[in-house]
Amino acid sequence: MADKRTTADEVAAELKDGMTIGIGGWGSRRKPMALVRAILRTPVKDLTVVSYGGPDVGLLCAAGKVKRVVFGFVTLDSIPYDPWFGRARETGAIEVTEYDEGMFGTALSAAMQRLPFLPTRAGLGSEVMRANPGLRTVRSPYDDAEELVAVPAQRLDVALVHLNRADARGNAQYLGPDPYFDDLFALAADRCFVSVEKVVETAELTAGGSVQSLLLTRGAVDGVVAAPRGAHFTTAVPDYGRDERFQRHYAACAKDLDAWPGFVDRFLSGGDEQYLSEVDKFEAEAA
Amino acid sequence: MNVTRAEIAVVAVAELFRGDGEIVASPMGFIPQLGAKLARLTFEPDLLMSDGEAYLMTTGGVVEGWQPFRRMLDTIVPHGRRHVVMGANQIDRYGNQNISAIGDHARPKKQLLGVRGAPGNTVNHRTSYWVPRHSTRVFVDAVDVVSGVGYDSAAKAGPSAEKYHDVHRVVSNLGVFDFATPDHAMRAVSLHPGVTPDEVTATTTFAVDLSTVETSREPTAEELRLIREVLDPKSLRDKEVPA
Repeated sequence: MADKRTTADEVAAELKDGMTIGIGGWGSRRKPMALVRAILRTPVKDLTVVSYGGPDVGLLCAAGKVKRVVFGFVTLDSIPYDPWFGRARETGAIEVTEYDEGMFGTALSAAMQRLPFLPTRAGLGSEVMRANPGLRTVRSPYDDAEELVAVPAQRLDVALVHLNRADARGNAQYLGPDPYFDDLFALAADRCFVSVEKVVETAELTAGGSVQSLLLTRGAVDGVVAAPRGAHFTTAVPDYGRDERFQRHYAACAKDLDAWPGFVDRFLSGGDEQYLSEVDKFEAEAA
Repeated sequence: MNVTRAEIAVVAVAELFRGDGEIVASPMGFIPQLGAKLARLTFEPDLLMSDGEAYLMTTGGVVEGWQPFRRMLDTIVPHGRRHVVMGANQIDRYGNQNISAIGDHARPKKQLLGVRGAPGNTVNHRTSYWVPRHSTRVFVDAVDVVSGVGYDSAAKAGPSAEKYHDVHRVVSNLGVFDFATPDHAMRAVSLHPGVTPDEVTATTTFAVDLSTVETSREPTAEELRLIREVLDPKSLRDKEVPA
């Protein structure tokens, strides 16, 4: 049987210029930040990033990796706006496909089901229809004759998600209150890589949570990365909550172009060991 | 009774939910949350409310249901038994709302949140808005990015956009407004005690119908007790709406 364990850098090395990558989580919640940082260390560029956006989108914009963002929002939750995403938009550095939050999920659902589109009411009458001139409506063939938005399938070359536990074969589990849309990302993608807080024996998965917490089956997973604190500084409850102090530091540095190179040097220029040890030092300094 | 403007606003938000029955109340922001909780503790005991994350909670703080984001977007919103109170960076006379970006969408002067769930909310179920600082910057002739769909935009988009469209009211620090005029233009329902029509005219870019305006009601003694002693003993409401 396949042992799918790999590393963040090996996952990042799979990405090619111009790929469409989906990033799981939601805002500043259970984002695969270790995988995102690994992308920052590669030369890959011109990515289309599909995300319920948070600091994942901000960091990729900061590093000039992004050609287009497909999104319904970009927020740090406890801080309303991500400064790097804002800068990328306001300087015209990126293109966007902006959807309603529900349409975004509909686009992934269509891809997951190998359908060309799915109908929805969300989007009608809003900027979404004007800002995305390729969007079409579809008319019901039944008596109601309703005209609805035909949300095109959002296929992904690669999906990156972070969960709490997995076994080496790729059965993966969330232990917090919300699965977000990580299973949709996985099934809408040609390949899915999952990072987890801890790789455990298969039997430990159901010992640690209900069977309903097994969000991804191994049939949908191509690689498993052991990445303790791999969602930092976003939340990965119950393993840990959001590191609000660090997130404020990120946002403050991201706002200030003079401060940003120092943040990159300290936290983003080495590997994950350096990142986590600098985060620990940052915590100790602040305490 | 020595009632503050913030307390009047909380009661005005609570009144948005009167008659809603057993639906999901989704108040975004602190004063909307106080208002929805007040409604549930008094005249709308059957409202469903989340903890802002994935749990539906009773007034006693007991988990009574699971409502993760995906269930919200796949089921609760399109199913329609919901009343959301959203914020608004801009709102126009026909109830179009913007939380996405200021300026041209292709290259905004200021990127905000993005449209979030506003397009889906407004074409699927009752939507109200909360504006803590009523000003000409918020109440504009035309919003830069239509996130929440107003009456003219819904009409232009056709019957499927209008079928469940229901922009109910706007509550601001100055008063309560609706769109119940023949052309669905914004109309003052009530002004908070001490607010003059001139104040509204001066802080709203477009003309507001002030012909049938009343005075927003004051909280009852029991409502005041709930606001001051149970829901917001630290008076955080005054930070959003100064006395």
